[in-house]
Order: sequence, then structure tokens, then C-alpha cells
Amino acid sequence: MTDAIQKPEKKKSSLLQLDARTRTRNAAEKRFKAYGMIAIAFGLLMLSILVFNIVTRGAGAYQQTFIALEVELLAGKLDKKGNRDLDDIKKVSTFGYTPLLSNALEAKVIELGIETDLKAKKMVGILSKSAAAQVRDYVLNNPNKIGETIGFEFLASSRVDGYLKGRVSRDSIGNDKNISPAQLDLVDALKAEGCLAKRFNMSFITGSDASDARPEAAGMGTSMIGSFFMMLVVLVLALPIGVAASIYLEEFAPKNWITDIIEVNISNLAAVPSIVFGILGLAVFINYMHLPNSAPLVGGLVLTLMTLPTIIISTRASLKAVPPSIRDAALGVGASKMQSVFHHVLPLAAPGILTGTIIGLAQALGETAPLLLIGMVGFIASNPPDSIATGLLSPNSAMPAQIYEWAKRADPAFYERAWGGIIILLVFLVTMNTIAVILRRRFERRW
Amino acid sequence: MNDKNIMESHMGTTAIKISARDVQVYYGDNHAIKDVSIDIEDKTVTAFIGPSGCGKSTFLRCLNRMNDTIDICKVTGSIRIDDEDIYDRRVDPVQLRAKVGMVFQKPNPFPKSIYDNVAYGPRIHGLAQNKADLDDIVERALRRGAIWNEVKDRLQSPGIGLSGGQQQRLCIARAVATEPEVLLMDEPCSALDPIATAQVEELIDELRQSFSVVIVTHSMQQAARVSQKTAFFHLGNMVEYGETGQIFTTPQDPRTESYITGRIG
Repeated sequence: MTDAIQKPEKKKSSLLQLDARTRTRNAAEKRFKAYGMIAIAFGLLMLSILVFNIVTRGAGAYQQTFIALEVELLAGKLDKKGNRDLDDIKKVSTFGYTPLLSNALEAKVIELGIETDLKAKKMVGILSKSAAAQVRDYVLNNPNKIGETIGFEFLASSRVDGYLKGRVSRDSIGNDKNISPAQLDLVDALKAEGCLAKRFNMSFITGSDASDARPEAAGMGTSMIGSFFMMLVVLVLALPIGVAASIYLEEFAPKNWITDIIEVNISNLAAVPSIVFGILGLAVFINYMHLPNSAPLVGGLVLTLMTLPTIIISTRASLKAVPPSIRDAALGVGASKMQSVFHHVLPLAAPGILTGTIIGLAQALGETAPLLLIGMVGFIASNPPDSIATGLLSPNSAMPAQIYEWAKRADPAFYERAWGGIIILLVFLVTMNTIAVILRRRFERRW
Repeated sequence: MNDKNIMESHMGTTAIKISARDVQVYYGDNHAIKDVSIDIEDKTVTAFIGPSGCGKSTFLRCLNRMNDTIDICKVTGSIRIDDEDIYDRRVDPVQLRAKVGMVFQKPNPFPKSIYDNVAYGPRIHGLAQNKADLDDIVERALRRGAIWNEVKDRLQSPGIGLSGGQQQRLCIARAVATEPEVLLMDEPCSALDPIATAQVEELIDELRQSFSVVIVTHSMQQAARVSQKTAFFHLGNMVEYGETGQIFTTPQDPRTESYITGRIG
């Protein structure tokens, strides 16, 4: 404290005027707010681009071109012996039905007075390859209708469908063997007459995957069932195991280095790449335990392993959030440890546990990587399962795996379906997360 | 401490209910209670007073083994209730806590109905044969908690919805519903306003008829008003223990005197 240091004279300041320091502080705050708003605006922009893209590209999958025809089920072709014996009718393959279709199409063209150079055989090219199977299925279910003329609505081939949706044009089909300009002329004519039109395609939501040659017939339905059975396995296994493990770790286990190690490992497991769980599932469930390939049961087991850490972490967090005074109160009236947990702590933690479980399930629902390794990704054209056992054990795909499968096929008609599948998947995820939020809001308690 | 009541509170000669000898409590390396020996009488209100962190609540929680829930807590010495060592290996703390009820600092009703709050203890201990029995027990407990008249018309409404003072009396009713022999109260009035405090203090005086009540309190006035015996704790030691009147008027230890005259604490 020397005399050299002179105390600066304090200036009289007014509250009505900002001093320099305050101005810099305010400027810094404004800048920070601006950065935040830019970040959020960027995020929202990206989100809206994503949603816009998905919806515009995917919406096409929900519309499909159908052609209405009256097909005469010629007895001479379908039931040569004339005894309506189902076994004999079954001997006629889909190839045997194709002439019926070309006859029907030709008759239609003549009836409507459409001018075309196409032969009947070529005309059939505008119908989906699934059309013959559709007629055959109908005949096998209704053998007594043989000989009558029945109205059908057939899927148009994917090229015709693409033409109506603007994906295929006369220029783009120069090298395409599947469709010719003459066929497109026929399509235009049929469309003008109203017997060929786009409409809502329920079978995209309910149907099963189809081979490369007929993208128009492919649907998400069976893979949705596959996902459903996997989620069932995950729920049945991961919820009780996860909740029991967390209750034990949180309420009963002594706090020592062993439980510390377990705790660290659980946190780490939550961050392990999901494909690692896929390899584990391949090694343990398929190679060692010999469970069937591609089965939703195995997929569910793998996803259970993946979901367990999520459920355990969220359950422990919600158990921790229950105030200790409730435990004290229960112990104070002479409840045992277990009674205090099950009568008082668990009911209070239940909303948090449920929310964690739903979020874990939603995560598992969207998981593709582990399914690659257990054979649930690929062309699995199975029919909807007829019982719970076949649902669990017979080969099936899952929603994200189906989307991946479509996205990697060559035909652009499948892209549209991949985007459409993403819409279904997102609807499921948003629904599940909304349920989680509603549950949390509804059961949030004050204590 | 000029309260006249102190001199008037009469002490009958009663049996020893709890007898503690050389009790030591450690929280890890921290020696929280040092060499506490005390005899607590039946049908008496015993108050533990002392500055914050002096160990009075810790010692109280030893009496029904609530400290067992803290992993790092270690208790040595002997605490006998009715001449039975409660830290004996054969003693199940659950059975002990049915006998030694507890009321906590913050009212902590279960997030259930008023009825279920009181009925929970009797239910898990199987005290009621049927619904009518249970109704009787609940009514009796709520009457003893001096809250029956306020809640008898809304037994099914949540206990959380009551006011703070009512919640605390509900907790007292819940504690007495299991017919304990000793009632431990850990600063039961610290979260309450003066009117609710007065109601609870009145209630404590009534409870003395049936139980041995041990109360931890920060308020010396409260100790003077409700208790017959007072123990003064300081830094983990029990400094002085005696008749409440004597502690407040003629303390033997200089530390007690400093505390009650407001120089330490």
C-alpha cells in the first residue's frame, strides 16, 4: 500500500445509462441467444426436409394402379376332367391361368373399341405377374365358380404403375424389355375409359414381401408381424429381468467393488454397438443353441440383450427418484425391505419404468444391424403366421430390415416402397414415444 | 426457560424401558456417537436436545435400528429394550420396528388414502382379522392421533392432500396403529407452524399415557413443554441427562448451561 497507487476517482454514474461493461455483457447474451436460435432453426429445417422427403417419396407406395377386368373362368382350361376335384384343379399352375387373362384383356380392348397393334400375349404385360396367382387363389377357394365370368381388380405391373406416377416415361423405357410404348398407349386408352386407375393400396400395409419381378405386390404386413413378435419377446423378457435386476442392484445389493463393476458394465453395455449383440446372438442362440435362423424369437432374444441396459438404467434412475422418506416411512411402521420396495417404492417408480421400457422397445423396433447377422434381413417372403409358435419360430423379417432390403434392390419401384415403409416405422415410433410421454405426464406424482 | 410448567410436570417412578450402555456409532471413519449410556423410562416423554450434528437423531435411530439401512453405519455397545438386546443376531429389525414406532422430521404419508396410510401397518403385521376389525383399528389410531374429527368424512382421500400439521398427526396415527411400546419422534414439529406444533405437543402429552416417547427437538422450549426427562447431547457425547426441570434450571455441566442460555449451538 504505497502512496503511488492513487485511488481513481469514482465517477458519478446514472442508472439510466448503460455503462460499457453492461453493454458488452448484453451483447454477449444476445449473441448467445442468436446462436441458439440458429442451431434450433437449422435443426427444424433439417427435420422438415426429412419429413417432406419421406412423405413425398413414400406416399406413392400407398397408391397403386389397378386394372378392372372380367375374367371368364373357362372350365376347359381349369378343370379338364370336369369333376370339380380340388386336387385336379390344383394341378393347373399359374401358367395355365395366363391365357384367361389375355383373353379377358383382349375382350376388354375389343369391347371398348381401343385400337392397338399389340397381340393379346403382349397386352398381359401391363398386368402384374401376381395377377394369375390372384385368379388361381380365387378359383381354389371357390371351385364352384368355374365356368362363370368374374370381375377382378388386378395390380398393374410396376412399370405401368410408375408411368401413372410419373416415374416412368416414354423416353426412359428405351431399353426396357418389360414395357413398350405400345403398351403405354394401351394404358392411356384404358385409363381414359376408366378401367385402369390409381387408388389406395391396402395390401402395402397388410401384404408380404414380393420377389424382384413384382415390386407392385410387395407389402410391409408380414414384417410388421415379425417386428410385433420380436417386441413381444423383448417385452416378456427384458421388462421382468431388467426391473428385477435394477431393484436388486438399487435396493438390496451391498455397495462394494463388485456392484460398482456391474454398474460400470451396464452403463457401458448401453453404448455397445448393436451389431456386437448381433454377433453374440449368432454365436450363442444360433450356432450354440441351434435355434432356427431368421426367427423372430432369436431376433427378440438379441434385441432383449440390447434393450436390457436401457431398461435397467432408466429403472434405477426412477427408483432413485423415489424420496427416501417413503422408504423410511415404510420401514418405520415395520415393513420389511421387500414390502417397502414392492408396496411403496415400485408403484411410485412405475411410470418412469414404463417410460424407459417403451423407449427401449422403440429403440429395439428400429434396430437393423443385429438382425443382419441372424438372417432376418433378406428376401423372406413368408405368409402371415397362423399361430404364435409359427410366428415366433418361422422365418420372418422385421420392419427396418424390410426397408433396408427394399432400399438395396435395383428396381426404383422398390425405393418408393422403402420410403413408404419408413413412414409406417416412424408412425410406430412416434406413437410409442407419445405413449411414453403421456404415461409420464399422467402418473407424475407429487409427494 | 422460565416456563412455570417445567416445575409442575410431575415425574412418577416408572420402570426402565430402554437401557443403553456404552453405545458407539461410526459412520465410516467418523465417530458420531461416543460412549452414550442412558436409561429411558416407560410412560415418560424423554427429550434429546443439542446443537445440530450432535448425534441426537443418530442415537434415536439406533433405538429402532433405522441406522441399519445405512451401509457405512456401525453400532457397538448394548441397547436393551425390556432387557432384550436389540442388536442381538436373532433380532429381526422388522419385528423390532413394529414394537418401536417412529415419526419423522418431515411428514411423510404414503401417497395413498388416509385410511390406507393408517391401515398399512396393521395389515402387514396381521393385526386385524377382518375389515370391521381394521376399521376399528384405523379409527382408534386416528383418534389417538387427534385427527379423527378432521378426516372421518374423507378417509378415502389422499393423505398428501392434508395440511402439514394434519399430515404429521396422520403419521403419528400411522405409527401408533401398530400398537408399539416405544414411540420415537425425530423433530416432529420442525416443519410445522406454531398452531400445528401446539396440537402435536398436546398429542405427545396424551401419548405418554400409553407409550414411552422419545423426542428429538431443536427447540428447547418444546423440550421444556413436553418432556419429563431431558438429555443434552454435544459433539457425539451425552453431556447431561436428568429431570427436565433440573436440566433447564440448574444444569450441572457448564456446556449444558452454555447451550440453554444460547452461548453454544
